[in-house]
Amino acid sequence: MWQTILRRILIMIPQIILVSILIFMLAQLMPGDPFYGNLNPNSDPATIERLRHAAGLDLPWYQQYFKWIGNVLHGDLGTSYVVNKGWTVTRIIGQRIWPTLSMGIIATILTYFLAITQALVSARNENKWIDRTFIVWNTMTSAVPSFVFYFIMMVLFVYIIPVFPSSGTGIDDTQSFFVNFFSNLRYAFLPALTIALFSTNSIYQYLRSNLLDQQAQDYVRTARAKGVQIKDVFRKHILRNAFLPIASQIGYSITGVLGGAMFAETVFGYPGIGALFVQALSGRDYTVITAVMLLQGILALLGGLLSDIISAWVDPRIRVK
Amino acid sequence: MNEKILDSKNVSVSFRINGELQTALHKISVSIKRGEVLALVGESGSGKSTLAMSIMGLHNAEQTEVTGSITLDGHELIGLTERQFDQYRGVRVGMIFQDPLSSLNPLMKIGEQISEAIVVHDKNAPNLKGHVQRLLTDVGIINPKRVAQQYPHELSGGMRQRVMIAIALSNEPDLIIADEPTTALDATIQAQILDLIKEIQLKKNAGILLITHDLGVVAETADTVAVMYAGQIVEQADVEELFANPKHPYTRSLLRADPSNVSPGEELYAISGTVPALKDMDHSKDLFLQRIPWLSDDVVNATIDEELEVVGDNHFVRGNAWKTFEFLDVTEKGHAK
Repeated sequence: MWQTILRRILIMIPQIILVSILIFMLAQLMPGDPFYGNLNPNSDPATIERLRHAAGLDLPWYQQYFKWIGNVLHGDLGTSYVVNKGWTVTRIIGQRIWPTLSMGIIATILTYFLAITQALVSARNENKWIDRTFIVWNTMTSAVPSFVFYFIMMVLFVYIIPVFPSSGTGIDDTQSFFVNFFSNLRYAFLPALTIALFSTNSIYQYLRSNLLDQQAQDYVRTARAKGVQIKDVFRKHILRNAFLPIASQIGYSITGVLGGAMFAETVFGYPGIGALFVQALSGRDYTVITAVMLLQGILALLGGLLSDIISAWVDPRIRVK
Repeated sequence: MNEKILDSKNVSVSFRINGELQTALHKISVSIKRGEVLALVGESGSGKSTLAMSIMGLHNAEQTEVTGSITLDGHELIGLTERQFDQYRGVRVGMIFQDPLSSLNPLMKIGEQISEAIVVHDKNAPNLKGHVQRLLTDVGIINPKRVAQQYPHELSGGMRQRVMIAIALSNEPDLIIADEPTTALDATIQAQILDLIKEIQLKKNAGILLITHDLGVVAETADTVAVMYAGQIVEQADVEELFANPKHPYTRSLLRADPSNVSPGEELYAISGTVPALKDMDHSKDLFLQRIPWLSDDVVNATIDEELEVVGDNHFVRGNAWKTFEFLDVTEKGHAK
């Protein structure tokens, strides 16, 4: 098992290199640069050129890439040009990662809780009104763009019934961890709940059809033939088999937990990694963009690894000896 | 020894399909004595497994209608609630299924799957581990301690079927239903599993309902044979009698189609056509006659007696066609007597 994990981690190295090249090229392909919208339109073109030269932006992309990746390997992700001008990217991400993490964890737990509950109720009441209601609800939430719901929730729970703060993270660097932790909960909860409410569809559909599939399997008939009651067959046999593919998916949710939620963070004015990315994109803040994308790329690879480990752990058939 | 352990009378089963009741089994009457093996033979779709599921009460109650009478050791099974049925399933009746891989829970250790069958009927079963290992030994597993700790995918097909048999035997049932127990296994393993079933029949004195489409299995294992076609029994007899003196054209065709009766180089005989769909089954006729191309329409469509005719000692046949025609071969060689 450990050997397999180690092998998987080694394979990740070339994958990360490839991801980093792609990210760098894509960022460079965007029209404009960090100085594009930030300077007085009447600035002397020679001044802009000087700034570009000082930042190394006039070099060919591969030279820029090697400079950048060299620095990244030394733990230097560069300095922000736009979002927090002059701050190191490490410092910006360090500040943003905590609110993203807290909201991501709450959102993921709530999403799974809501999706699993709905799927269980649906599968036990196949084709009855409650099942149909959940199907319609989930189809609708995935068909309508999520930010529409975010605005509705924002208006409802911030303006009409003002129970949640309108923006911010509730984190104050001068306060202790515990004070921050509880004050952040109030700020993180609304965006997290909103994300969860409207993103249950894929887990719900997947689990519901798994549950229905498993109910028709031969081993269920065997258990019934032993004289096991239907509800015990459901609890002891069907549930575990139906949850297998879901459990292995959980690894991928790490990307969402740490990678940030772009729309939700932006709409709810919750400055995490997702909102940072949107700001950086619109300001062409290359160093920030590449750093966040690299983080998300690595998280996606780790998520895959985590999922494989979870699968092997819960399914004896793919356990490696 | 003559005690009937299973007695079914006029069992009919209908499925609700698109709101309409369609008959899958029509007035089946069979009985099994202690220590007897009754084989049900017939093509896919003839209703063999449907009868087994009715005895186990495993049909979807909302979509199935079962009428008639099935008694197990004198207790009526039809009309029991789910909870009442749970008192019979696995205790008085054990069942062995066709595909032992899909019939075992892939995520549960063998030992757990066997002990579940015991615990569900006796929460305080003493010495559970010992009981499981004894069962595994009984079905010919050499290393029961290790096998109990293994998962189904770690065992061979034959071993898995032995485990299924151990589950079926776990509460010493009066009746064992074996639904195509050897179909998914290769030939040598088939023989071993059949030997095991015969051994159980002798040792445990249980009645066995053996469902199969393999006539070789029937000849080797059964005492009595009921041949089923389109939800009805078309012929029933002791095994030697049936093989020596088949009457109904379907029985004759089945025997003719048995590949073991064909010499090398000779073309295999196949019955043309298929079993009619449920909605096309008119059980007042001899439905098999539709598949004999040279019979005239009035013979095919003739209404026949509902009861099977007694043609010998414990030998019953359905319909009249066998009396008026010689059925050497259904394709062309038949002619009027």
